[in-house]
Amino acid sequence: MDTLVLKNLSVSVDKTSIVNGVDLVIPRGELHVLMGPNGSGKSTLLNAIMGNPLTVVTDGSIVLGDDDITTSPTEDRARKGLFLAFQYPPDIAGVTLGNFVRLAKNAQLQVRDSDAKPISPAEFVKTMNTTSRRVGLANTFIGRSVNEGFSGGEKKRSELLQMIILQPHFALLDEIDSGVDVDALTVIADVLNELRATSNCGILLVTHQGALLDKLEPTAVHVMSKGCIVKTGNKELAKEILASGYESMAL
Amino acid sequence: MNPLDTARQKASSIRSEYEYGFRTQTDNAYELPEGLSTKVVHDISGRKKEPEWMLEFRLKALEIFYSKQMPAWGADLSSIDFDRIHYYIEPKEGGTQKWEDVPVEIKDTFEKLGIPQAERSFLAGTGAQFESEVVYHSLHEDLKAQGVIFESTDIALQKYPQMFKEYFGTVIPSADNKFSALNSAVWSGGSFIYIPKGVQVTLPLQAYFRINAERMGQFERTLIIADEGSSVHYIEGCTAPTYSSDSLHSAVVEVVVKRGAKVQYTTIQNWSNNVYNLVTKRALVYGNGEMCWLDCNLGSKATMKYPSVVLKESGAKGEMYSLALAGKGQHQDAGAKAIHLAPNTSSTIMARSISKQGGRSSYRGLVKVVKGAKNVKSRVVCDALLVDPSSRSDTYPTMDIQEQTASIAHEASVSNIRQDQLFYLMSRGLSNDEAASLLVNGFAYPIAKRLPMEYALELHRLIEIEMEGFTA
Repeated sequence: MDTLVLKNLSVSVDKTSIVNGVDLVIPRGELHVLMGPNGSGKSTLLNAIMGNPLTVVTDGSIVLGDDDITTSPTEDRARKGLFLAFQYPPDIAGVTLGNFVRLAKNAQLQVRDSDAKPISPAEFVKTMNTTSRRVGLANTFIGRSVNEGFSGGEKKRSELLQMIILQPHFALLDEIDSGVDVDALTVIADVLNELRATSNCGILLVTHQGALLDKLEPTAVHVMSKGCIVKTGNKELAKEILASGYESMAL
Repeated sequence: MNPLDTARQKASSIRSEYEYGFRTQTDNAYELPEGLSTKVVHDISGRKKEPEWMLEFRLKALEIFYSKQMPAWGADLSSIDFDRIHYYIEPKEGGTQKWEDVPVEIKDTFEKLGIPQAERSFLAGTGAQFESEVVYHSLHEDLKAQGVIFESTDIALQKYPQMFKEYFGTVIPSADNKFSALNSAVWSGGSFIYIPKGVQVTLPLQAYFRINAERMGQFERTLIIADEGSSVHYIEGCTAPTYSSDSLHSAVVEVVVKRGAKVQYTTIQNWSNNVYNLVTKRALVYGNGEMCWLDCNLGSKATMKYPSVVLKESGAKGEMYSLALAGKGQHQDAGAKAIHLAPNTSSTIMARSISKQGGRSSYRGLVKVVKGAKNVKSRVVCDALLVDPSSRSDTYPTMDIQEQTASIAHEASVSNIRQDQLFYLMSRGLSNDEAASLLVNGFAYPIAKRLPMEYALELHRLIEIEMEGFTA
């Protein structure tokens, strides 16, 4: 369970090839940033790693620790510790955030620890209260339908809340910082730094903005173009891109 | 395999998840052979030692039944064979007042269904009907002391003849439709409830209906009178064994909501998939009275049921919430009717249906506002969820508005289980089945939340069972 490895991964959507032969190794505890122009395949790559049925892996493999998960059902990937923070989380009418996160937590608990007892709703409310405070969501959100009527920023805070509670081994974050206010950016950075430090979470972060990167210490920065990783560097590479854009890099 | 086994297997595969499909071996006290005739009506009435007027009422209703055509709309009823149904089966007698006195096999049946347990924990009164007769009845002592009546309808006819005659058949005349006529001819059992002026019954009263015999016809008759300023919540549940032959359940429910009274009538219909469920339900609502029908249809082969409110005086209010789940081989043709006869009356109809595995659900509704009924408000919202492409949903709304001042709103939607929602839920560790059942339960939630908690949980569980084996 120490690395997430993408080997020569190619992915298509609707029979159109989007990701072409990506190689990437992310050990736990590391933070890898993925940048690239719109349409370069970043979201598709993250969705393919999580097993979104809209994506089809046409070549290569996804290995989580000792397990090849290239064809595993999505829920198995989640139960093995993989988490995807969605760029556009969908509404789930009639299902409360509290209930949903508790069911998810219990589904994962039983796989990770066969002796674990399911957490009762009463017990879970405490966790939800503390965590919602931490991510800056009023505790009234716990009783609201998942994402229904949430603002863009509130959806991102809800994704963050779910990540904290589910304690993933590897987190795939698809623009967790888009459309959020300054305070939320600080919370996101704090949470990511803490997850890395305390639970050794490996992170693959897709972002377009420097504001969040300023608060983080990435292990590596990768640039994606036309479905391939074309350049890898450190935080300086990100700064260069943010200062001069992708075109100047002649991608 | 012999044909009967094949048929049985076929019957059970229709709804293999159905957990109430067990049968009980019983010795019945009295059983009419299959078929319908004036003799059958005479036998039922005679067996019950009814007054002459009731026998006449029944015989007249039978004539009406014979004279009326089968409905040419709604569910397919063509395989109902009225000659192959038992119209009356009286189970072995114990005593209806004490649970201990109920015959052991019948008691066991209801124990399996959780009835006495529910009574102990959260009900003010309980009735249990097995085949044609009510086998058990109870009511809290303090409610009896306040003058509340909760009896089987047969007992009420004997004990409260005047009140009975004053209201019986006044809300739903025998000639209302073919099945109300049939019920009027052969009715047996059901609940009779009277709540005196100003009395608030805070805990629900519940009746449970069980069909056990094959090719059974159950025709209970319920009459609820809520006197001025009173309130009551009545809940009914029903199940039956799974057979390869069809049974018929055809009830008539009449409710009178007097001035300022409030009645909620909740149904959790979970018949096995060989039962035709053809029920007429209507409430008359007087000034500032409130009637709420909460109707959940999960089982049956075909259901045709349109709970109605007739809003007779100013300020009367009617609410009809319904949830239908139609699976393989099922047709839920359900809906509601709101008849506004007076000014300043309001109605709300909210119908949600879920169709899966080729099941079919239809919303059929009527909002009628007569001339002179000024400032009426009515809102109708129908939402259908199609779990898979082979399932079907239809909406048949009728609006008959004769008043310019009426404010009428109608909204309808059809949706599917969305792939992005499933993926989102599964990305958190839920299986495909769990995710689908959560989405369906979420869809049902606006109706389910109006149920008492125990029933909301039960409904949630039933939907989970129905969604097992779901593949997107």
